[in-house]
Amino acid sequence: MSSEPILQVRNLHKAFGGLQALKDVSFDVHQGEIFGIIGPNGSGKTTLINCITGFIRMDSGKVSFRGKDISRQPPHKIAAMGVTRTFQIMRPYYTLPAYKNLIVPLFSSRARKAGGWRGGGRLGARDTVSIDILEEIGFERDSLVPYKLASTLPTGYLKRLEIARCLALRPEIILCDEVFSGLSMSEIASIIPLIERLQMDGITLIMIEHRLRELFRVTKRVMVLNFGEKLLEGIPEEVMADDEVKKAYLGSEEV
Amino acid sequence: MDILIYGIINSVSLALIAIGFTLVYGISRLPNFAHGALYVANGFIVWSLLNILQINYILSIILSLIITGIIGAAIYQFILIRVRGMATSEIIASYAIGLAILEGFRWGGFKGMTYTLPVFIEGSIEIAGIPVDFQRILAVLIGGLAIFLLWLFTHYNRIGLALRGMAQDERAAMMLGIDSDLMALIAMALGSILAGLAGVVLLPMGNIVVEAGYNVLILAIAVCIVGGLGSWVGAVLAAFMIGFAQIITVRYIASHFHMVVALLAIIITLILRPSGIFGRQKQLEERV
Amino acid sequence: MIEERRKERLDRGIKVRSEGIYAISSWEEMAYLLLPRLFLISGMLALPLVMPGLYWQRVISIVGIYSLLALGFDFLANFVGLVSLGGAFFIGTGGYIAAILNTSFGLPPVVTIPVATIVGAGTCTLLLYPCLPLRGVYFAIVTLMYPLVFARIIEALNILGGTDGIVGVASFPNRWIEQYCILITVIISLFGLRRLVNEDIGLVFRGVKDNDQAVKASALSINLYKSITVFIASALGCLGGAYLVHIYMWSGISQFALDFSIIPIAATVIGGGGTLVGPILGCFILVPISELLRAFGTLRIVFYSLILVAFIVFRSEGIVVYAQRRYHQFERWVRV
Ligand SMILES: Nc1ncnc2c1ncn2[C@@H]1O[C@H](COP(=O)(O)OP(=O)(O)O)[C@@H](O)[C@H]1O
Ligand SMILES: [Mg+2]
Repeated sequence: MSSEPILQVRNLHKAFGGLQALKDVSFDVHQGEIFGIIGPNGSGKTTLINCITGFIRMDSGKVSFRGKDISRQPPHKIAAMGVTRTFQIMRPYYTLPAYKNLIVPLFSSRARKAGGWRGGGRLGARDTVSIDILEEIGFERDSLVPYKLASTLPTGYLKRLEIARCLALRPEIILCDEVFSGLSMSEIASIIPLIERLQMDGITLIMIEHRLRELFRVTKRVMVLNFGEKLLEGIPEEVMADDEVKKAYLGSEEV
Repeated sequence: MDILIYGIINSVSLALIAIGFTLVYGISRLPNFAHGALYVANGFIVWSLLNILQINYILSIILSLIITGIIGAAIYQFILIRVRGMATSEIIASYAIGLAILEGFRWGGFKGMTYTLPVFIEGSIEIAGIPVDFQRILAVLIGGLAIFLLWLFTHYNRIGLALRGMAQDERAAMMLGIDSDLMALIAMALGSILAGLAGVVLLPMGNIVVEAGYNVLILAIAVCIVGGLGSWVGAVLAAFMIGFAQIITVRYIASHFHMVVALLAIIITLILRPSGIFGRQKQLEERV
Repeated sequence: MIEERRKERLDRGIKVRSEGIYAISSWEEMAYLLLPRLFLISGMLALPLVMPGLYWQRVISIVGIYSLLALGFDFLANFVGLVSLGGAFFIGTGGYIAAILNTSFGLPPVVTIPVATIVGAGTCTLLLYPCLPLRGVYFAIVTLMYPLVFARIIEALNILGGTDGIVGVASFPNRWIEQYCILITVIISLFGLRRLVNEDIGLVFRGVKDNDQAVKASALSINLYKSITVFIASALGCLGGAYLVHIYMWSGISQFALDFSIIPIAATVIGGGGTLVGPILGCFILVPISELLRAFGTLRIVFYSLILVAFIVFRSEGIVVYAQRRYHQFERWVRV
């Protein structure tokens, strides 16, 4: 039975001083789906990811992954279970070439176990694996792009690099924080197939987005956050038709 | 009862020691590792004014505080200003300055037990059956007064308000036209004067020795970490916690454990709540 | 009118080839890469032969000990981002352990030094463990406190010989063993560390320094990797401390003294941080000067503090960084 959700969030609360950033948020995500989270700026989407992945300690609530409580785990343990994330503000190792950026995740014991990497501990073995992963995510293998310093890469590649870091861990879930923002239409068009392929590989995706139209091309189910509260959850058409959602979005910015 | 009285005296002394350090860090994010050196330096300056130039005691104290303030300002203006923002360099540079001052005094012959300052008022009184000398009572009064004045200054004075603005958000303050370097300079001068004041008040109870500089630095840091670096309320609160903890250990365990208590306090704080009682660093750091 | 011009720097061809994916072909190129290393190693090994007088020969060993500490400092500060002001703590821990093993259990230096290195490093890592989540100022502050507080505890409790220290520690059989062992240790540590920071794990260390959030997101425990590096650095320091105890045949609270904390830092800044060779060069310059100044008492501390401040304030890059640039790059003035 696939009815048990892969990720279950229950009654999550988080306050920063007086500011209630998340209030009683609950939702389920099922194996293999792409789950969208939308909401105006400052509605707590990034905070939600931070809480789920352990980067911020939640005040109360419970997060379970495959039925196992992960609410109080440190971030590296959660990542080691396969619950990975990208950062909205990209965090590559700017002083390293793109392919060397993946050495760090490939160094983790999860990556070692999952891969049984060809070549094992041989010097440079991780470099080849890293270039394979980069190719998978859209860095042309025969070009110079994978060898360029991360500081010289354009935003589109940095976003891919964020996803690549998750892929290096052989993830079960990737939580993507605004992967589309800051990209042009054509760049988004080239990333969407990658995302669909990840889904076909059996990876569950949680996507935070501002670009609703693009998000709705890949997702079947979205949740709306507003001022840290869950407004509603449903299929994209339902959500867009909802008055409160319109108000929340129009109240703060254009759709 | 004696624990209460000595606890209060010790706590206020600690607060007096720490308040200058926390002021500078709170406003300009500069960890002034020369703090202890300034404390001792002020003691030697007073001593020199008093004994070599034969100036009247009160005048010597006032002059020495001014001199220490100028030294602090000079340290900022000529050295620290160039390394601001580079945490490692700030620490190493200010620590090296402190070392140079302290070891310079030691080399210059200011060592041993020969240097003492006279107490302000001789004698002692009995409080609830426990003899307390006037100097200690004065220390509490002056310490309390200094903290109170500082509070008034930062809440009701234009410069003070500007300082507080900077402590909260340096960039926003700069956009409002507050000169961040000038403010840091003032903070550093003020912090140095506070270090000096602590020296003037506390040193007459013992000898002026170079080692005191290191002890004072450690105590100031301990208080500030426990209270949350840069938080004034936290520092005062932490001074009382550590102050009483010290007196209690001295009373029931052994008098040499003064410093050990300070270190333990730091370690416990760091494990339980790294940002200190009133710290807000940790939260801000995560902001995306 | 003033002519506007700026300096232009170009990498020499060999440098480019040897760093990239291209192979090195000729013996000239091999020599270009190997000569500096050979020069360094042979220079160090020749020192005990050419030093006149017992006093200066002793200084070689002391330089070696400081070099180990400075290596550890540079490694922690510039490759992992942990600024440790407590070199003296490592020296003291290693020293006391070696002294106890030697005087109470009668073990010879061949045993005490390795044991003190490992056990000492373990102890230091354990004691510093609670402080590892801290960054920047906090870590520096705490490491500064450790040696001072330990000296106080020993004094207060009158344990481990109290203020008199532990006397009667065995010395080395002869001066050749004493000096060559430490010099070879320094050389091995230097090249070992250089190798380490260029391995994959070295990238993890750098990640811990520059981008710890990304390291956490990569399923790696920051504390684990910090502990590993602290273990390495404190092993170097404890080795130095154990060595020192056997040289002076005495262990006392002066091992927690400031010299051991401040000289390695000054040496690193002067020699060039982040190069690993720089700190060693810095020690070879500073320690002899400090010995010359010994007659002036604590003036020597004033002296290195001031040098340190000067180097930091003028943002000097350090001798080795400068030399490397001259070696690897052409420089010329171009008009703008
Ligand atoms: N570390 C933090 N400290 C204090 N406030 C924070 C922190 N992180 C986020 N916030 C606040 O929480 C709210 C939600 O922020 P965020 O989750 O980043 O929103 P979103 O990603 O939906 O734009 C905002 O008001 C933000 O200012
Ligand atoms: Mg966000």
